[in-house]
Parts: sequence; C-alpha cells; structure tokens
Amino acid sequence: MIKSWRKIYAKNDNIKAYTLLSPALILVILAMVVPMVLMLSFSMFTQVSMMEIDYTFTFQRYIDFFQKNLLVTLLIKSIKISFLVTLITLITAYPVCYYIAFYVKKNKMLWLVLLTLPFWTSYLLRVFSWKIILGTKGVINSSLINAGILNEPLTFLMYSETAVVITLTHAWAAFALLPLYVSLDKIDFSFIEAGRDLGLSRFEVFWKITFPLSLPGVIGAILIIFIPTVGDYVTPALLGGIEGRMLSNMIQAYFGKINNIPMGAASATIMLTTVVLITIIVSNVTKRLTQRLT
Amino acid sequence: MNNSFIQINNISKHFADVKAVDDVSFEIKEGEFFSLLGPSGCGKTTLLRLLAGFEYPTSGNLLIDGTDITALPPDKRPTNMVFQNYAIFPHLNVEKNIQFGLRKLGLSNDEIDKRVKNVLSLVKLEGYEERFSNQLSGGQRQRVALARALVRQPKVLLLDEPLGALDKKLRDEMQLELRTLQKNIGITFVFVTHDQQEAISMSDRVAVMNEGKIQQLSEPNELYKNPENIFVSDFIGETNFLKAETKSRDGDFINVSIEGLGEFKIKNNLNIVENSSDVVCSIRPESMMISKVKSDWDICLDAKICQTSYLGEMTRFYVEAKGIEKIITVSSQHFDNQSFENNECFISISLEDISLLNKK
Repeated sequence: MIKSWRKIYAKNDNIKAYTLLSPALILVILAMVVPMVLMLSFSMFTQVSMMEIDYTFTFQRYIDFFQKNLLVTLLIKSIKISFLVTLITLITAYPVCYYIAFYVKKNKMLWLVLLTLPFWTSYLLRVFSWKIILGTKGVINSSLINAGILNEPLTFLMYSETAVVITLTHAWAAFALLPLYVSLDKIDFSFIEAGRDLGLSRFEVFWKITFPLSLPGVIGAILIIFIPTVGDYVTPALLGGIEGRMLSNMIQAYFGKINNIPMGAASATIMLTTVVLITIIVSNVTKRLTQRLT
Repeated sequence: MNNSFIQINNISKHFADVKAVDDVSFEIKEGEFFSLLGPSGCGKTTLLRLLAGFEYPTSGNLLIDGTDITALPPDKRPTNMVFQNYAIFPHLNVEKNIQFGLRKLGLSNDEIDKRVKNVLSLVKLEGYEERFSNQLSGGQRQRVALARALVRQPKVLLLDEPLGALDKKLRDEMQLELRTLQKNIGITFVFVTHDQQEAISMSDRVAVMNEGKIQQLSEPNELYKNPENIFVSDFIGETNFLKAETKSRDGDFINVSIEGLGEFKIKNNLNIVENSSDVVCSIRPESMMISKVKSDWDICLDAKICQTSYLGEMTRFYVEAKGIEKIITVSSQHFDNQSFENNECFISISLEDISLLNKK
C-alpha cells in the first residue's frame, strides 16, 4: 500500500506541486478568499438598526455609494493623492537607483541598506516625526519665521493633502527603490554604450534604451506604491485633517463609529475594483507609451 | 590607399595606478584588417574603447582619416563597434535593431529600407527581421551585431572579441566569413582577440600587446617566424626556450653557446650584444625532427621520450636530452609512440631554425 502511494507520488507532478503549495494555499484561502467572500456578501445586505442586519440580497448599497457625492469625491481624492505620491516617488527614486546601478562600483548593497535606513523605525513614528516637521510650530515653520522670511506659519503644510502626500511619499519610497534598482542593475552597460555608438546622444539613449528596459521595475514600483497608498488611512487620519481625508477613513468609520457594515463593505468593494482597473490601465498605458518612444 | 588612416599618437590610459595603455603609437592603413592581440589585461580592449570613444585617453591623441577625434563622444565618431556580448537591444526586433543607428543620419525612408535590406542579405539574415534577440542563436546574434554596425557605413569597424562566445566549428566558419566580408566591403577593421590563431589567420597585420605596450607589430607570418622578443615568441604558437650565452660577434653572425647543443654561429637578426647571458634561444617544436636513426642535420641529439600525446593530425613528443634541463617538445606528423623501442630516439635540429632573443 505504502509502496504504491510512493509510486503515484513520484510519478504525478500535480500532487507534488499541490503538496508544496498547500501551506501557502491554506493561508491564502483563510486570510484572503474567505474575508473577500464575506465582504462581498455583506455589501449586499442592509443594516436595519444598530445590531440588526437584513440578509436579503440587494445592490442598493452600490447605488447609495454613487448617489452620495461625498463618497465619490473621497474616492477621486484617494486616487489623486495616491497618484501624486506614486509620481513624486518615481521621479525622486529613479535617479537615485540609476546612480547606484551604473555609477557605484563598490558596495552597492551598502548604499541600498543606507537608503532604507530611515525605514527601520516604525511607520507610526515616522508619521509623527512629519507632524513635528510640518506643524504650525514645527521645524519648517519656526525656522522660516525665525529667519524673518515669514510672519505667519504656512498652514497648507499641516492637516492638508500636502501633508498626506509628503508623508506617504517618504513612507513608501523604500519600496520603490528596490524594484527600480533591480531592473536598472540588470541592464547591461554595453546596451547604453551601443546606443551611443549608434549615434544617439545621452538623452536619446536614456529614452530609447534605458527607460524602456527598466520598465518592468517602473511598473512594479507604481503598483507597489499605488495599491497600498490608495487604501492608507493612518496617515490621512493623523496628518490629513478634514481636507486630507481619504475614502479609507470613511470605510473605517462605516465599520466603526457609523456602524453600517454593508455600506462599508460596498465602499471597500468599489475601491478594490477601481484599484484593479487602474492598475491594469496604468501598466498597459505605460507599455504603449514606451513602444511609441522607441 | 591611405597608409596612416588611423593614427594613434603616444596614447596612454591610466586607471588609478594601472597603466592600461602605456604610451602607444602606431598607424593603421585604410582598408586593412588589423588585429590587437594579447592576453587578458594587456590593454587591447582599452585601446579599442579609446578608438570607439567609450574611454578618453590620459594623454596622446587619435586621428581617423586626418580628423582629430580624441575629444569626440562616441556618437560623433566615424566608428562603429561589434560588442563582445553583441549588445542586441532586447526590446527591439532584428529590423528595428538594425534601423536604430540610421535614424540620426537623416536618410529617407526608402533609403533606410534599402540599406537594411542590403545589410541583411550581406550577413545572410533575410527573413529574420521580426525576431527578437532571445529567439536567435549565438551566431545569428553575432550577425545582427555586425549588420547593425555596418549599416551605418562607418569608416572603421571595431570588433571586440566577437567570436569568443561561439563554439569552435562556428568560430572557424565565421573567421572565414568575416575575412571575406571585410575584403568585399573594404572597410577598415580593428579586431581585438586573445586567440593567436584567430589573429594570425584573419589579419593583414597584427599588433601583439602586453602590459599596455605593443610588443611587436607586423604581418602574421613575421610574428611567427621572426618574433622580436620572448613574449611574442611564447605567445604566438609553441616554442622551446633553451639557455644561451653569446660570445664574439662575426659580421651578421654571432657565436653562441647553447645548453646541451654546443657552440654555433647563428645569424644575428635582433642586434644581440656580445658576451652576454641575457639571451635565450628558441626552437619551434615542428622545426625539429624526431627519428629512430641518426640523421645528418646540423645538430643531432640522443634523447629519450618521457611522454607523448596524440593530437590527430600530429603527435607531440615530450623529450629528455642530455645537458638540457627542461623537457623539449617536438611535434611530428609521422610517428606515434609505438614506433620507438625503449623510448629511445634522435632529435635533429637545423641551425637556421634556431632564433636568438633578448631576455629583456
């Protein structure tokens, strides 16, 4: 009996694959699939009163979402903030990665570790440090006032969209560095030399060779930053004030203070769908654009 | 034909403390197949990269066709390069790769199409336009790299060990093909290689480099027959070095005592000084004769075979002879080890095959 089992196991690659996958598979089912299904189902129920939920299926929550101006505005604002964060991170991280990949000869790893050093402290601590820097009596404002450049503190720095964008950009920069660095470091320098040899200037070589070849890293960085920041609620809650609030804060409130779980679930589902759609569009558009470049 | 088409004047290139190229001067003729040959780290690739514009010299200047190009960036030079790893752009197909270098030349679309077509047929890659680099074999990639460089019709084509990554059979084929191609299109080729057989079989002239300096610059047969120093003699082909000591000079000849062989009068090609032990005598393995019976050659030694290796077209004998410290290598097309009883043999040498070299 045991012998025949062994034979089957040895011959069947599918069984082997599933055995190896099973721990991850169980985890994914318990931690991803089950909650998703729960969320989807709850989004189709109705909160009747504080403790009572009506379990008849309805799409009314989704209709409610698009009829409430506030929610749609918050969704758009979430996307806008995330988009800005992603763009600023890319623009700042790309040159750094380019430099490490092509100009640093020794101890590249050390450079990367040094760049990620600020990220060894907790996320919350970093958010609070930005409060100290950006606040009305913070580092920026007090030094500008002390230097006599300003009479009154800059108010747009704190409890605003700006504060959220700055903080999120800093918080997620490290995650953009790695995919960008890896994709740039993989590019053989002889491609760049060949481009120059074939008559292109440095600038043209960058747009026609280096950038298209680093595209997997760019798309990776976009996704890695955009997806988590669009749903972030800690930073907007602590630094955003009223102006910097995002949809995720509203979802949190639906599950908490407002106590309307179906509405929260519907909002979350809409947000998830939007993010997936945007992700697909962004990676396709980026690829198209590059094809036109080259 | 312009005999000083490429002029390399007192070029040096230092990387920190390393003198990669050390005060090198020579000229390359128009339409020549010129090779830079040497072991790795000898400065040959650096010299090629200086010509391409990827490095700038520490001192000295470079001229191509009368124009000083020393300070020009790569895109402004009349040169194109075939890279060691071919550097075919992986995000573009063969056709786009080849067109790549044409966009800055201001050609009409018709002209571009015509040139791409011509160069594809030149390197025999018609029908591969749509393929990407990862869908090509090593030899095909090499042809694409060649086509991409040639389509710009450069004055000089630079080749950085382009055959190194190919297997032996394909390499031999490509050697012949490259040579024919160069003769047909008449562009000056500067070819870098560490493979002495490759350099000798393809080139019009070869510069042998070591430690950043040119050791000898001459036609291939001269390199083999009349090496100017120990390095060249050792690097090109195989040879036996024997200790020697010069005595008095006698016109074009010099009296030499060679270990184990005796004292002879040998032609002094390299102005070797009298009464010196800073010389060495070199004898090529195939210039000697191995035999079972004594011969009437200038020198005939009693010897014992220690080892043989059969190489197909010839057999190599490792031989011990009286009074000679090192084991001598002799190659022969006529014998294998079974022909000798008790491994006893005679080694015959003709005086004209002995060359004297300065140690320094």
